[in-house]
Amino acid sequence: MNTPTLPAKELLAKSQSLIALIIMVIAISLLSDSFLTPDNGWNILRQISVNLCLSIGMTLIILSGGIDLSVGAILALAGAVAAGVLKNGIALPMFDILLQFSLAGAVVIGIAVGFMLGWFNGFVITRFRLPPFVATLGMFSIARGLTMLWTGGFPVTGLGEDFSFLGTGAVFGMPMPVWITLALVVLFVVITRKTRFGRYLYAVGGNERAARLTGINVNSIKIWVYALGGALAGVAGLLVTARLDSAQPNAGLGYELDAIAAVVIGGTSLSGGRGTIMGTVLGCLIIGVLNNGLFLLNVSPFWQQVIKGLIILIAVAIDRINANDQER
Amino acid sequence: MTSSPDIVLEALDICKSFPGVRALDKVSLTLRKGRLTALLGENGAGKSTLMNIVAGVFKQDSGDVKLAGETVSFNTPREAREAGISMIFQELNLVANLTVAENIYLSREPLNKLGFIDADKMNKDAADLLKQLDLAVEPTTPLSQLRVGQQQIVEIAKAISCKAKVLIMDEPTSAITEHEIEVLFGIINKLKQQGVAIAYITHKLEELVRIGDDAIVMRDGKLISSAPLKDLTRPEIVQMMVGREMKSIASRQSPELGPEVLRVEQLSLKHPQRVNDFVFKNVSFNVHSGEVLGIFGLMGAGRTELLESIFGLHHRQVAGQFFVNGQPVNITSPQDAIKLGLALAPEDRKSEGLVLGMSVQENASLACLAQFGKMGFTDLDAERQLADDIVARFRVKTPSVHQTIRNLSGGNQQKVILGKWLANKPLVLLLDEPTRGIDVNAKDEIYKLIHELAAEGLAVIVVSSELPEVQALTDRVIVLCEGRKTAEFSRTEATEESIMSAALPNGVEKS
Repeated sequence: MNTPTLPAKELLAKSQSLIALIIMVIAISLLSDSFLTPDNGWNILRQISVNLCLSIGMTLIILSGGIDLSVGAILALAGAVAAGVLKNGIALPMFDILLQFSLAGAVVIGIAVGFMLGWFNGFVITRFRLPPFVATLGMFSIARGLTMLWTGGFPVTGLGEDFSFLGTGAVFGMPMPVWITLALVVLFVVITRKTRFGRYLYAVGGNERAARLTGINVNSIKIWVYALGGALAGVAGLLVTARLDSAQPNAGLGYELDAIAAVVIGGTSLSGGRGTIMGTVLGCLIIGVLNNGLFLLNVSPFWQQVIKGLIILIAVAIDRINANDQER
Repeated sequence: MTSSPDIVLEALDICKSFPGVRALDKVSLTLRKGRLTALLGENGAGKSTLMNIVAGVFKQDSGDVKLAGETVSFNTPREAREAGISMIFQELNLVANLTVAENIYLSREPLNKLGFIDADKMNKDAADLLKQLDLAVEPTTPLSQLRVGQQQIVEIAKAISCKAKVLIMDEPTSAITEHEIEVLFGIINKLKQQGVAIAYITHKLEELVRIGDDAIVMRDGKLISSAPLKDLTRPEIVQMMVGREMKSIASRQSPELGPEVLRVEQLSLKHPQRVNDFVFKNVSFNVHSGEVLGIFGLMGAGRTELLESIFGLHHRQVAGQFFVNGQPVNITSPQDAIKLGLALAPEDRKSEGLVLGMSVQENASLACLAQFGKMGFTDLDAERQLADDIVARFRVKTPSVHQTIRNLSGGNQQKVILGKWLANKPLVLLLDEPTRGIDVNAKDEIYKLIHELAAEGLAVIVVSSELPEVQALTDRVIVLCEGRKTAEFSRTEATEESIMSAALPNGVEKS
């Protein structure tokens, strides 16, 4: 039942990550003069853009009631494949052909690699009913191995200025990675809020059986979710590669955990069905501001890890308390 | 209050509030040695809350609980159990993959000298308990192999093994067969003779004649009456529960039957675990436009599975033929079924029918979202309109269509489910236990709605395990027993006796 006190409380619960972010920004800017400057602002945004890219996909996957441990590995493979085809092309000895790729072609290939591996995740999870944790753990290892096979363990470097513009360039004063992730944020906010796919995603995560009995093609939704998560990991792979002007075989190590952390801090429930893309954006910002601020304050990176861990625990604990209130 | 020696437990002026709701307002309760006190009231009256406080699950805001004259305060159900108060919840608290004995002694396992679990002693003690309760299963049987009624007896065994002085039961007969009810009542009477005080929450007044001694009636968190049962008549109780005279269920006229819309022939479903065994076998029936067909059966008769099979679930294990409007059709998924004009309101609304975290509007539109909006986008205005229409037409009580559906009562949730399907303009509505856990007044309303829908030409199939419901609602009844269709009755032939005798397995004595 509705009582006058509830909406205020709900509003507070909904905006807790925003409040946390504001408090952090105020606190750090009081402690450090170099924090609240335009340069540092762009710096933070550029730093979080890769994580945000992965986290958008992770949000979709977690909303559907799943999890994906393979996005960091897919990031590495997609980046390496894109870099490889851009630099060397693909040789097809039996036809005596060497396929050369344009920048756009390499970008499409990178994203397609991510999409296909993600699709395979979804296929295995729905067709053989593997728990997402296990299926994507397998993919983690597969993609890491494939990356090593593709690169022979060596970085692919010297990709040209056009490509590295994606990671280091700026348009109208805004860094390219920020443009790209901003566009993705807008796209996926619209998808989750305004489309049927978005609504079905929440329904599948909220109650899979009810969704199935309502005639929603649950398997198809899930496969799409993982495929999109993979494609976004592909984009993140391109950003990382372009920024360094080199595809590192062990790029993105542990990034999946950062993405999960951002999603969780942003208030998305790990049991599925509850959460938003904007929450995840806040989650990424909180992690980014925290890392940046602690760096400026000369806090040891080891302490940064400890503090990040504590923030995750606090965020989830607050979320649980709110959820329990709601369900009585 | 005078302290008489036969008073085991007293709850005095208990108050409890949840966010936005005053669940209990100065409610008092006395449980006496060897007597069964029934707690009566509509859903949401506060019965379960009161019992949860007595059993240490919730803490009261004010008021005292006295056990044998001493004021007690429990922080956990475990503390209450150790003090002699055991509660058997509606959703049983057992671990499916442990054995019967392990469940009974969970967290109180007997240990040997080395500190390891003494399995022999545990199994032997458990066997004694089971014998006392006439439950013919080995203590080493995994719990998952027991039927619900048997599992309930395991819960009782657990309570007895804790030397319970007070036993609280929350609607224990809602999910078990007639025969198991008989067994349960036998056990209850035995426990009463042993001096156990029992608190018993139920909706089924007719049960109390057999086992009840005292009754309290609650309404909206307040105590309405507390008296020995023999001083109360059924109409008095019902009136106290609802706060007004109860209307009798709308009697049904024989309807105008339209053409046959669904026919099922020789439908069988293989048992998921046991090879060469069937959940149901060779079941055939049809239903006409404008008709309400009842499917009656006890627990385990295969009712729910039958509906699910028609709706395209389990299609790999299903054999048989479906005809819609006379044409043979394949149904291999719920999507197929929905496309052919079928709609299913499942038995368990919360876990199968609704996305509880979504709003009324989002639930209402979920089945027909594809009908409005272009290019994969949802049309929020059309969706809002649909939800408003459903709320208005079915008189759904909700502060707004944006209310989270979890916060609605069972009856209102069921109305939203009906509305959600009707937006799809189905031919056949499949309803599995449509009024399970819904209070008396809301039940009546749902019945009326179903009759209205049939009058508009819908074919309705209602699966139910409640005889009065089948009789009030349906034009024709088929009866299932252990997976076989044992009888079919027209409305006039369908007496309680005829239906029940067709539903009981052979060899089980009718008492």
